[in-house]
Amino acid sequence: MIELINPLLLAVILINFFTLGSARLGACIRMVALQGGLLALLPLAAHGLSGHALFLGASALILKGIFIPFLLLRAIREVRIRREVEPIIGFVPTLILGALTTAGAFIFADFLPLIAEHREGFYVPTALATMFTGFLLLITRRKAITQILGYLLLENGIFIFGVLLSAAMPLMVEAGVLLDLLVGVFVMGIVLNHINREFSTLNTERLSALKE
Amino acid sequence: MLGSLALSLTIHLTLLLLFAPLLQGVITKTKALFAGRIGAPLLQPYYDLIRLMRKGFVFSRTTTWVFQAGPVVGLAVPLLASLLIPFGALTAPISFEGDLILFVYLFGLARFFTATAALDTGSSFEGMGAVREVTFSCLAEPTVLFTLLVLARLCGGLSLNALFGSHLLDAWHSEAGASLGLILVCLFVVLLVENSRIPFDDPNTHLELTMIHEVMVLDHSGPAFGMILYGASLKMMVMGAMVVRLAMPWQTGWWLSDALLFLAGLIAMAVFIGVIESIMARLRLPRVPQMLIGTSLVSIFALVLVLR
Repeated sequence: MIELINPLLLAVILINFFTLGSARLGACIRMVALQGGLLALLPLAAHGLSGHALFLGASALILKGIFIPFLLLRAIREVRIRREVEPIIGFVPTLILGALTTAGAFIFADFLPLIAEHREGFYVPTALATMFTGFLLLITRRKAITQILGYLLLENGIFIFGVLLSAAMPLMVEAGVLLDLLVGVFVMGIVLNHINREFSTLNTERLSALKE
Repeated sequence: MLGSLALSLTIHLTLLLLFAPLLQGVITKTKALFAGRIGAPLLQPYYDLIRLMRKGFVFSRTTTWVFQAGPVVGLAVPLLASLLIPFGALTAPISFEGDLILFVYLFGLARFFTATAALDTGSSFEGMGAVREVTFSCLAEPTVLFTLLVLARLCGGLSLNALFGSHLLDAWHSEAGASLGLILVCLFVVLLVENSRIPFDDPNTHLELTMIHEVMVLDHSGPAFGMILYGASLKMMVMGAMVVRLAMPWQTGWWLSDALLFLAGLIAMAVFIGVIESIMARLRLPRVPQMLIGTSLVSIFALVLVLR
């Protein structure tokens, strides 16, 4: 199982690149769902078949891989948007920024005072890179849905860090994090609905214009 | 020494000259089968070449020698480049330190002559095609160089023979396997771009606004066009040799079985290209540079992985 970890994390990084480069919301949501599914395998690959790992994997799969993507796909079907409009920083520059931060994360992770068994694998750099990608999506995109995807990516990065620590972290903490995520997406869904009803579009830059 | 050089030259050139057009035939056949048709015979590209070679030359009076040089260079360059690259486990006849740069820029030379030949006709339409071809290939070039750098880092040598040497099999099983997988995908994308295959360019299209490569060779006819077609299939085989060697790094030790393994790999690759062409739609033109920048970034990332 251990040799599965690096390909898994590599696939996670490639999905990061895809979400940064693609304008299609449906495809982006499906890729983030796939990332959630891959991350669900991660605790099992890292810690073997224990009850703790099974619970973590199953809850990640159900929430990140199935339930939240389902909600988001339903949302884009109802508001009938398919594509992201040209972002504040374009697709290619964000992709380049994403690749730079990923490379930076790999270099930076080498300088961190990690314990020996965490130093070798891709865990820490992947976690950092996924969080940076989430940040980039949150900052640069205009549609609220893509911003939610950014938030999900951010959480995925934290989840990868969490897997490293899952031997030490009690179950309650992880369950709490996942619950927070779900509530967060719910709240964003409600906000989304309001933005859509108010402006009949999901472009968030309208929010920054002042009313007279 | 001289005898073995002559032998490997003969094997290399025989393989290349005989089997290159077959790949196009395999691709067309696969696409036909996918669409539920019987399709043209496998040897159709050979018949096309023979038919074109029997025709006469027609040259426009506005063109100069540049126009005639295009097809000649387009045919000569893949032949030269093939001598530098190992075909499967058969080592390249000519090899020296740093030949990877020569290999990459030989194709640059061919592109320059094809583009200037297109410009030489004075047709604004062909100029458009030349512009697109040059833009896309200058975006594809970093990807090739970075993938070769990854390989150079893994083996420590700088000749293509060393890069695609027998250490690849061990490298796949080591930590570097992940970056090898990444650069395999990158090289395959470059192969599709450079040979104007479907997600990037359609070799069969004759719709003016979307053609890339096809539009540059509209004014060539007869044997000149035959040379262009033959050169294109040689180029596909030479670039395919990199992909096949990377994907199938096995060797048997006997030259005949090595050659058969290589050909089997090439045919499998051609079938795969046919499948991709059948299931994918063409990318919109503005998406192509985006995709190419994406592959460059992935190959840089692969380099970072092997450097750490």
